[in-house]
Amino acid sequence: MSKLPLIGQPVPRLEGKLKVTGAAKYSGEYNMPGLLYGYVVNSTITKGKINKIDTDAAKALTGVIDIFTHEHRPRLAWFDLQYADMDAPPGTPFRPLHNNEIKYNGQPVALVVANTFELARYAASLVIINYEEEVFCTNLVANINKARSPKRGIATALKPLPPKPTGDFEKAFKKSYAQVSAEFFHGTEHHNPMELFATTTIYEGEGKLTIYDKTQGTINSQLYVANIFGLHFKNVRVIAPYVGGAFGSALRPQYQLFLSVLAALELKRPVRVTLERHQMYTIGHRPSTLQRTRFGADAAGKITSLNHSAFGETSQYEDYTEVVVNWSHMLYPSPNTLMEYKLIPLDVYTPLDMRAPGGSTGSHAIESTMDELSYKLKIDPLEFRLINYGETDESAGRPYSSKELRQCYLQGAERFGWSKRNPEPRSMKKGNKLVGYGMATGIWEAMAVPARAEAILTKQGKLQINSAVTDIGTGTLTVMTQIAADELGLALDDVTFSYGDSKMPFAPIQGGSFTVASVGSAIKAAGKALRKKMWKIAKKIPGSPLKSTDLEDVIFQEGKIILKNNAAAFVSFSQVIEANKNRVIKTTNTSVPNIFQLKKYSRATHSAAFVEVEVDEELGVVHVTRAVTAVAAGRIINPKTARSQILGGMIWGIGKALHEETISDFRMGKYMNPNMAEYHIPVHADIHELDVIFVEENDEIVNELGSKGVGEIGVVAMPPAIANAIYHATGKRINRFPIHFDSLL
Amino acid sequence: MMSSEHCPISLQVNNEKLILTVFPWVSLLDALRDKLNITGPKKGCDHGQCGACTILCDGKRIVSCLTLAIMKDGSSITTIEGISQGDLHPLQQAFINHDAFQCGYCTPGQICSAIGMFEEGKAKTRDDVKELMSGNLCRCGANMNIIDAIMEIKEMNSHE
Repeated sequence: MSKLPLIGQPVPRLEGKLKVTGAAKYSGEYNMPGLLYGYVVNSTITKGKINKIDTDAAKALTGVIDIFTHEHRPRLAWFDLQYADMDAPPGTPFRPLHNNEIKYNGQPVALVVANTFELARYAASLVIINYEEEVFCTNLVANINKARSPKRGIATALKPLPPKPTGDFEKAFKKSYAQVSAEFFHGTEHHNPMELFATTTIYEGEGKLTIYDKTQGTINSQLYVANIFGLHFKNVRVIAPYVGGAFGSALRPQYQLFLSVLAALELKRPVRVTLERHQMYTIGHRPSTLQRTRFGADAAGKITSLNHSAFGETSQYEDYTEVVVNWSHMLYPSPNTLMEYKLIPLDVYTPLDMRAPGGSTGSHAIESTMDELSYKLKIDPLEFRLINYGETDESAGRPYSSKELRQCYLQGAERFGWSKRNPEPRSMKKGNKLVGYGMATGIWEAMAVPARAEAILTKQGKLQINSAVTDIGTGTLTVMTQIAADELGLALDDVTFSYGDSKMPFAPIQGGSFTVASVGSAIKAAGKALRKKMWKIAKKIPGSPLKSTDLEDVIFQEGKIILKNNAAAFVSFSQVIEANKNRVIKTTNTSVPNIFQLKKYSRATHSAAFVEVEVDEELGVVHVTRAVTAVAAGRIINPKTARSQILGGMIWGIGKALHEETISDFRMGKYMNPNMAEYHIPVHADIHELDVIFVEENDEIVNELGSKGVGEIGVVAMPPAIANAIYHATGKRINRFPIHFDSLL
Repeated sequence: MMSSEHCPISLQVNNEKLILTVFPWVSLLDALRDKLNITGPKKGCDHGQCGACTILCDGKRIVSCLTLAIMKDGSSITTIEGISQGDLHPLQQAFINHDAFQCGYCTPGQICSAIGMFEEGKAKTRDDVKELMSGNLCRCGANMNIIDAIMEIKEMNSHE
């Protein structure tokens, strides 16, 4: 009897015990003798120049070791390119302590290094900075007239610009039977992972560094440090053992990494720099975005015209882009389309991918407009989506590698009880509360990028797998171990996965929901290559029962290579090691997505979210009392951790629709609520019944695992489904997120 | 100024008596993490807003970031590291079973807070638990699984 595959099993997180006992160490938790503490001083103006930095009073304190500023720092790399990381948008990357120029409010301008954290913090308060302020603008809506097209760059490959117009939108829209035009806005949002950004850099001597960094890419941080500080790549080791959440915020190296390394190299001592919570509002954000839609349909409910325009915020020095407007035509066929995406440069730090970047923004406008149009047509919102179901991706003129969205709609509606919905707004009540049902569609591109992995059969006949990839809480350790174990037919206990270390084989930054597809495929490739090596050795053993076999004739199971049709004929892994003169067997392999095959297809994850809200009209309070999200994401490697990813995404959706907003004072150019008490995220009391369905989806094209990734898709459909439910409950269409209570009174 | 006010204090931490000297302005959280190398309690905000630093002090849950170490001279402290001796505490196991964490950073605080909440005896229903645990934020969105894990142990305790 063959062993049950581990892929598809709800394996509990392998690092679970370490996380529930406090044994899991994060990057700011490596204590050692002689450790110094760095505290960052941030600019209090938004734009201008530093005239003078007076550090005398701070330096006079016993225990303050040094204070680094643009006037007091070592020589650094000269070229912009050397500051570019794997996720750098087109433009010139921000250089900490480069010169006296201030580009945004909260820019790091000095690092105080002292014997204790408390002393560094106190000394930082004594640094006096004299600025020359310049006129700035941080208000997106007031600067729409400055909108321009984004620059193209390497990032454009993963973030395609809008497709070209098709047909004649204006004419078709004018002629359409039913029309909706609407405007949507959401303000700035911040990632706010629970862990504070921290880097501990250990100076090992002779230009060697060991760095514990909060990052979504150990090799990305390694590359950045080596380039800027002129160190040999192999002398910079970046370790990210546990990452306390990131959600995109650690896709790019953050300034605490730069400052910690700078101080450690200069002082030749270990230095830790930990940001405070308020400083975590100075390292990237989801850009405020204004969107306009115009959708038209014929009397039968078929969409005839789609127009979606978005105006996103970026910094003055980089063109950060998101895929906001490409989705509607991927979902809904229409002969006439017009999609536009523009940027408005403001005096802010460059925005940074935040869970479902662009997708969750675009879906807000698209799915709310679809909802409104369904009411105009007097067609049930779900029925309206089914009428306009795209069997293929019309925007790209190609089929989907797989698309089980219809099943998401049907199974989600069934589980939720959508049929019990009275279509009339304000028709459903529970006590003194209005009840609303809303739904929306979600889509996210299923991407993959090259990655490498090493597979080693140890002397004990166990499997060791190595990759530089991080686990930011997504369950990467667990799912990669499952994938590897299945390749060699081993139990989980017989597989060790080492990760989160730049000395391991190359892995891309962990984002975009492409980790399983990329690193998982590399591990599969390495496992496969290892099997072949082992089989070749096994064949050559004198008297081997596998002597005249092909690789297809054998299976790997329970530490043996067994002849498929004769379980008694086998060579054990330990015999293979013995035949290899007791040396381990190693292979390192690369997985490169087959672009020529893949480009014939659109690849996407889909979802349908169904939401029940209760609205207290006297208080304006909204509760998401029930929600079901049905997801089609190909093969689910681990239903337990994948469900958690979707639940987490759904809760992010609740936050986006109802809670989250970084409020700017445009006169000061700064954020006014940079803390966890005033930047609201959903708390336990906000979360009620959430349910997740994974529909069957077989995809033999997307990658060898048939798996599409689940990190973002849970976020995408929830916010518009909530807004649509609020409309159904109250008859009020609120297109500005988060939806505040005052708009419902 | 900085060196003249070093205060000796004694803390019983996870059943071990520890003597240390701290400045009066050092928070209990920083004393634990930086001075005693007990890094289970986490720093997520340093303002008592996120609950990641929750520990048990003389049996009561407190946010250690809003507590100065010298205020707790002579107290008995239990951090996540001391919640169980040997086997996992049932709540720790329930967290694993329910997948009640992702990144794990809020987890020590959630577990200590829930144990403190059980002792307070105010939580009767699931809604009570959600309300009384709302000082412990989770950004990964493991909220439902966290409450499921806590409810499992709460119901188990009430049957004893």
